[in-house]
Amino acid sequence: MFTLDSKLPGGPIQEAWTNHKNNLRLVGPNNRPKYKVLVVGTGLAGASAAASMAAMGYQVESFCFQDSARRAHSIAAQGGINASKNYRNDGDSTWRLFTDTQKGGDFRAREQNVYRLAELSTAIIDQCVAQGVPFAREYGGKLANRSFGGVLVERTFYCRGETGQQLLLGAYSALQEQVAQKRIKMHTRTEVMDFIVVDGKVRGLITRNMITGELKRHAADAVVLATGGYGNVFYLSTNAKGSNVNALMRAYKRGAGFANPCFTQIHPTSIPQSGEYQSKLTLMSESLRNDGRIWVPRNKDETRTPADIPEADRYYYLEERYPRFGNLVPRDVAARNAKDVCDQGLGVGPTGYGVYLDFARAIEQKGVSAVKSKYENLFEMYQRITDDDPVKTPMRIYPAVHYTMGGLWVDYNLMTTIPGLYAAGEANFADHGANRLGASSLMQCLADGYFVVPVTIGDYLSRNEPGEITTEHEGFEAAETEVRDNLNRLISINGQRSSQSFHRELGKIMWEHCGIARSKESLEEGLRKIPKLREEFNQNLRVTGETDHLNQSLEHAGRVADFIDFGELMCQDALIRDESCGCHLREEYQTEENEAKRNDDDFSFVSVFEYKGEGVAPELTKEPLEFKAFPLATRNYKS
Amino acid sequence: MKIKIHVWRQQSPKTKGAMETHELDGVTSDMSFLEMLDTLNEQLNDQGKDPVAFDHDCREGVCGSCSMVIDGQAHGPKGSTTTCQLYMRSFEDGAEIYVEPFRAAAFPILRDLVVDRSAFDRIIEAGGYISNHSGPKPEPNSIPIEPEIQETALDAASCIGCGACVAACPNGSAMLFTSAKVSHLGLLPQGQTERYERVEAMVNQMESEGFGSCRNYAECEAQCPKGISIAFIGRLNSDYLKSQLVEADNPRGKMHAQ
Amino acid sequence: MNRLAKFYASSIGKKFIAAITGLILFGFVAGHVAGNLKVFTGTDSITAEGETFAVPHIDQYGHFLRKAGEPFLPAMAFLWTSRLVLLASVILHMTVVIQLSLKSAEARPVEYVRSKKKASSWSARYMMFSGSVILAFIIFHILHFTTGTIKLGQFEHGAIYKNLRNSFSLWYVSLGYVLVMGLLTSHLFHGVWSLFQTLGFDSPDRNKAIRMFAMVASIGITVGFALVPLAFLFGVLQEVPDYPHHLLENH
Repeated sequence: MFTLDSKLPGGPIQEAWTNHKNNLRLVGPNNRPKYKVLVVGTGLAGASAAASMAAMGYQVESFCFQDSARRAHSIAAQGGINASKNYRNDGDSTWRLFTDTQKGGDFRAREQNVYRLAELSTAIIDQCVAQGVPFAREYGGKLANRSFGGVLVERTFYCRGETGQQLLLGAYSALQEQVAQKRIKMHTRTEVMDFIVVDGKVRGLITRNMITGELKRHAADAVVLATGGYGNVFYLSTNAKGSNVNALMRAYKRGAGFANPCFTQIHPTSIPQSGEYQSKLTLMSESLRNDGRIWVPRNKDETRTPADIPEADRYYYLEERYPRFGNLVPRDVAARNAKDVCDQGLGVGPTGYGVYLDFARAIEQKGVSAVKSKYENLFEMYQRITDDDPVKTPMRIYPAVHYTMGGLWVDYNLMTTIPGLYAAGEANFADHGANRLGASSLMQCLADGYFVVPVTIGDYLSRNEPGEITTEHEGFEAAETEVRDNLNRLISINGQRSSQSFHRELGKIMWEHCGIARSKESLEEGLRKIPKLREEFNQNLRVTGETDHLNQSLEHAGRVADFIDFGELMCQDALIRDESCGCHLREEYQTEENEAKRNDDDFSFVSVFEYKGEGVAPELTKEPLEFKAFPLATRNYKS
Repeated sequence: MKIKIHVWRQQSPKTKGAMETHELDGVTSDMSFLEMLDTLNEQLNDQGKDPVAFDHDCREGVCGSCSMVIDGQAHGPKGSTTTCQLYMRSFEDGAEIYVEPFRAAAFPILRDLVVDRSAFDRIIEAGGYISNHSGPKPEPNSIPIEPEIQETALDAASCIGCGACVAACPNGSAMLFTSAKVSHLGLLPQGQTERYERVEAMVNQMESEGFGSCRNYAECEAQCPKGISIAFIGRLNSDYLKSQLVEADNPRGKMHAQ
Repeated sequence: MNRLAKFYASSIGKKFIAAITGLILFGFVAGHVAGNLKVFTGTDSITAEGETFAVPHIDQYGHFLRKAGEPFLPAMAFLWTSRLVLLASVILHMTVVIQLSLKSAEARPVEYVRSKKKASSWSARYMMFSGSVILAFIIFHILHFTTGTIKLGQFEHGAIYKNLRNSFSLWYVSLGYVLVMGLLTSHLFHGVWSLFQTLGFDSPDRNKAIRMFAMVASIGITVGFALVPLAFLFGVLQEVPDYPHHLLENH
């Protein structure tokens, strides 16, 4: 059982972060170079944290599995980043971004964290512009905004459909600047295999060089995990193929609490699957819902092409069901409704799992060129993948796993239950509750990386002498041996099936039993299937090659092994959470209109899981959530 | 579809490589090129053979990981696309497809189709940034930027650093990559302070990495998945010449020595 | 390293030199073709010692070049300065281009099994070939028309028109010259466009105009050059009787 100290600041929420910062211990500039901090992952959170800490003077080492820090999956975010600048004078404010995020998260996040996020949002835009991020501008040269799902103001900043790319390149360039200054040592094509915990504190890592297979020890005073989300537990997701849960699972097994693992965001607008061979799903930015209308045919046996179906036979189900928000309802609502109409047999496309996203009206009102220029690269991408032109025929879309709100439990300082181990960005659970608002993930990553971790980490470091433990410590020896044995074990199974096929099978189990809608039965069924899959994996896996060279099968097998363990944890959490909230819909708990029915009395808590050993059920600790500044309310996107 | 695929196999940077031929059945036109390679690898795995190693990650055409030359063209025959966004409908049934790694002295082969592109990181390291600490910054609207300038800067910044330009260039030149970053930052008001030091430092690094010289073939532009224009190379040339012939000698290192 | 050496060491510096020397050589070629066209402008009638002679304009032009700058400069000074500048340009142009090519060959040591070009023009890909042929031609051309060392038809110093006529009446000489001029077009077509890019003068608004200029200039120059041998070969230009060379002095 964890004793969770969230270190939440008291007092009025508007001053909480400032007061908290004022009370943090600091490390002086002359002492910072004595401390070594390792940052795992070079996405928005990792790159920004590493660059910021290095610029302050800490000795930083950065790790990524890609061949360059610039390739982290943050790069694929399309739509935009929120900030309550209120440039549009439409009533936006820090408070409104805070409450929007809390409502969006269905009140399953800590309000102090969420408020801080909203508060930092504007500084992020300033920081990025100073780095040269070319955000869209209006004719007067001022920053442009657009609206995004789930809110009533225009506060999203964007660079065409490549906002994530531009923000990441900004963070990456800051990172490279520090590499040039010799304040960051960069390790690319390096995978983190395990953590060294000595006397309860994190003291370093074991890494594997993916080119030579060499295992290496790194001692440090603190470690920041910014390894992203675990959506690939579903095999098919919009995540990059390399995105994995390894580092999080290693940390979990070494004593870090895992919070809310079942909270998974299913993005409503992805391109539907086309076949069994499919390796990933491609997201179409949610911003398309600003101009696209979502519909399915009213008749089950519709055979006409979309253009030939008259208005009367079209079911604009979001507009009909949610007149106020229409096509701009939050992601979970949009996703669930899509599943709902497809389950009714109204779905379109070869698999029957797809709905139309139609731009005909927008084109009629604004002209082809206006619509095309707004979504140029998205339309191109869609056409490239499907061979259909969205200008001529509606897009087909379907929900896909996109983002995971759960992650390592962290306190207000973003430190996990292992002292010295921090988690930032999607890897932690902190800010999005049970559902994330569109254009908020980039914001959270950068808030954590530029402004939170670099400040809060000093509080921990200042209480510890630098360089106390070296790589000679026996903890490193033990961990390295364990890692080596595990790699050899994977190779020596020498069975028949590829890790790919296990991953695919796991994905199906997860999608079926722990997907858009979950039930007690489905989850229990999933929990029966996963151990069997693990057993077969351990007996029938085939990994070719050796451990001492670039071996992508070996890397993948290691990831799948952790995904299997993680999938189980996810189902366990979903089963415990006997309510519906945000993206977590339990079929038993919904309103007559298929809306999530929360149970605030019994489930206003963060579930935090503690690893208890192989084959033993994890132990649950609950962190109760309090809503003082912005009281609990039921989401209502209908009126 | 049934295809015949000739693919480069090489165990390690030091060993000699060779083309290897495989036949693959059951390919469909909606498969991406990488999914076709996945299928090939499944087949190889079933036969107990080592799968073909290739870099890939986002599979949405934006991370810049995938790096292969397909039928003599970086990222394949389609144009304006990355390999991961190339679909098998671009090939005929029964096609013979040649898959080779990016070839350049500055991109040594690590295994099969995987090459080492860290030279690009070092070029950025040399100056591909606007020096900044994290912390309070001026209000962005206090420095208006004409939308045309911003758009052009974004055109340049759209470079995904995949290295297709180097692979496509008969001279193995990295001018398109370098010029895109130089132009992105050099166009914006925020990037003016370090503009000439930046171009000099980045060009020097590019030279020392062993890339070839630009001969204005424009092959890079034609094979760039993001369609980055060689006009940026002209811009780089102009900035570089100014840095050498007009601007005072002020190498980057001096700025940071304070 | 001093600044100039550093500049030279960089490939952009070398390309800058190639572009500037290329520009000088392009200027020379353009002037040369303009001068050549004087064969078409006819003759002046000059009366001396009671006799009237037809003196071709081109012969007078040649004489003018030898005398240019007098009396401020000694005779032949302008001509030799120009020759030295051109010679230096050719040598520099070649040196940097060879150095760049060696660097590029090192940068791309292994060829693709399959290779397909999407954009590069023939003209761009065969710059080294066209350049080498042009170099060989220049040497030949000087030995042929300037020094008269290589004799293709009768040669007489200063009698430009006559020398041209004697040589170009031979079909193989005309054909050879026209073919080489074809390669010159190719070289100039890529070279002229390229020098704008290298000097950083191009921009999306101007690129079309620059391409057009490169095309018009390279084709125009070739046509201009080719007209002369063809006109002699096909007898468009008639024979001009000998005249005493001192007439050029007086005129």
